Amino acid sequence: MNRRFDIKHYQGFLAITCLCLFILYAPLIIVMIYSFNDSASITNWGGFSLRWYADVFTGPESEKFKLAAWNSLSIAVMAATVATTVATAAAIGMIRGGQFRGKSASFALISLPIMVPEIVTAVATLIFFSTIGFKLGTLSILVAHIVFCIPFAYLPISARLQGIEASYEEAAQDLYADRWRTFRYVLMPIMWPGILSGFLLAFIISLDDFIITNFIKGAGIETLPTAIFGSVKQGIKPNIMALSTLLLLFSIALVTLSYFIGKRGQEPYPTD
Amino acid sequence: MAAGTGSGRTVSATFSPVRGWLLLPSWLVIGIFLLVPVLLMLVYSFLTKEFRGGVIWEFSLAAYDQFVFDRGLFGDDPPKIEWAYITIFVRSILQALGATVLCLLIGFPTAYFIATRPANTRAIWLFLVTIPYWVNLLIRTVSMKFLIRDNGPLNEALLAIGVIDAPLQLINTNFAVQLGLFYSYLPFMVLPIYASVERYNFALSEAASDLYAPKWTILRSILLPVVKPGIIAGCILVFVPSLGAFLAPDLLGGAKTFMIGSLIEEQFKGNAGNWPFGAAASMILLSMVLVVLLFYARAQSREQT
Repeated sequence: MNRRFDIKHYQGFLAITCLCLFILYAPLIIVMIYSFNDSASITNWGGFSLRWYADVFTGPESEKFKLAAWNSLSIAVMAATVATTVATAAAIGMIRGGQFRGKSASFALISLPIMVPEIVTAVATLIFFSTIGFKLGTLSILVAHIVFCIPFAYLPISARLQGIEASYEEAAQDLYADRWRTFRYVLMPIMWPGILSGFLLAFIISLDDFIITNFIKGAGIETLPTAIFGSVKQGIKPNIMALSTLLLLFSIALVTLSYFIGKRGQEPYPTD
Repeated sequence: MAAGTGSGRTVSATFSPVRGWLLLPSWLVIGIFLLVPVLLMLVYSFLTKEFRGGVIWEFSLAAYDQFVFDRGLFGDDPPKIEWAYITIFVRSILQALGATVLCLLIGFPTAYFIATRPANTRAIWLFLVTIPYWVNLLIRTVSMKFLIRDNGPLNEALLAIGVIDAPLQLINTNFAVQLGLFYSYLPFMVLPIYASVERYNFALSEAASDLYAPKWTILRSILLPVVKPGIIAGCILVFVPSLGAFLAPDLLGGAKTFMIGSLIEEQFKGNAGNWPFGAAASMILLSMVLVVLLFYARAQSREQT
């Protein structure tokens, strides 16, 4: 069909898209480049070098960074594991539990951690722990992280579950599988990509958190974001740029992984 | 948030006898460690402050009063209107609105462009836009600070090509905070708009075109009304976190760019804090967010009926 113009195409939208990507990536790429700067000054370029990466692992602050990295990773693994388990159960209850009273209230409760601004969650959690006399430390950080990870794990899991036809479970039930076996051997294998991307999402969200952790970490405990924040308050140093680049690449690697898992998840269910 | 109601085709009740047990852990975890704390925070906002941080369990409206009135150091002067906190709230709203508009201006064309790519390249474009969201927000804000600081790469580049004669003072300005918020939440604008443009039936545009509608009229009168829910969702996803942002105003701004988030944080750090006041500020922020979300939920349910 001959048209006066291509109705989908608008002049300038490609340019704005490129501008959008440029804005999103330019600061990150520049920090990446400067992390390889040999000079101790962050302004002048002194040639290519890996010295700041060596500094992150062996320099005077390396012990602090290692401890912070360990705290961050262990909290993220535990928080994401618990949150994914809770979210998987909740998703099955919500989406395979039929209609029930309080369904929208349950959904509101599950989404509450996303709707409440982070700083408010931080204040409320600090007040709560201080009132009940709970000692601030790794455990308080872990509990807070589990809470805000639940909705992030819930979303991909429930989205996956909604796309699965009920006939699989019904067939299992007709063959006298009990509910646990129906879940374990029929539903879970099909839900798996959703559960895995929910876990990765929760893991990244936990690793990313600064505001809530900063409020409730207590004295003497640092995660990577709070350690970086503390350092940056005294000025941006080259070793922080190297550390940031490492963390940035780690996040991108995880997201890429999650993307490919999600992509596999969109394919038809395995039939073999 | 698309989940929750079931799509009809897959409505199943296989697990309905045990749904209470399945939902119980999420009710307990979020109920005890978020809902109860928020209610406790409401109580705290009506208590008397203790000078070393913390509270005295005695009812008081001082925290809310302090927002609007200045009663002097000992609280017995005749009340004057206190503009400092009102200014901070108004500034936060304006900054968040500004960030939302900027995100919309860049985000809409981007989302539209990506949604109209052929299916095989669409995923790659979309992935490129999403990646920065997953990079630590702190690291992104620090990178922005590095880029726009007085003798940073941006100023050096502008000086080198001769656009400016002296370095621009960007850091510690409202503009820097604006830029930081825009940069932090841009992907939030693109994704929902992308989702609604992708579902848009371009036969509608073709019909309008056959009836000799000019191109930009098609965009404005045919496409925009259909994708409006996506645009509103994007605006809310940018506005809400911007309103309570802490990192961008703290790292890119200074004392003159104070926002609600920094005001709240200040009340709980060190010994100078005022917990009831911080709780009251948090309650006001939360109420503002809930009003926006309720407004959105109502608009959405009206859209569907």
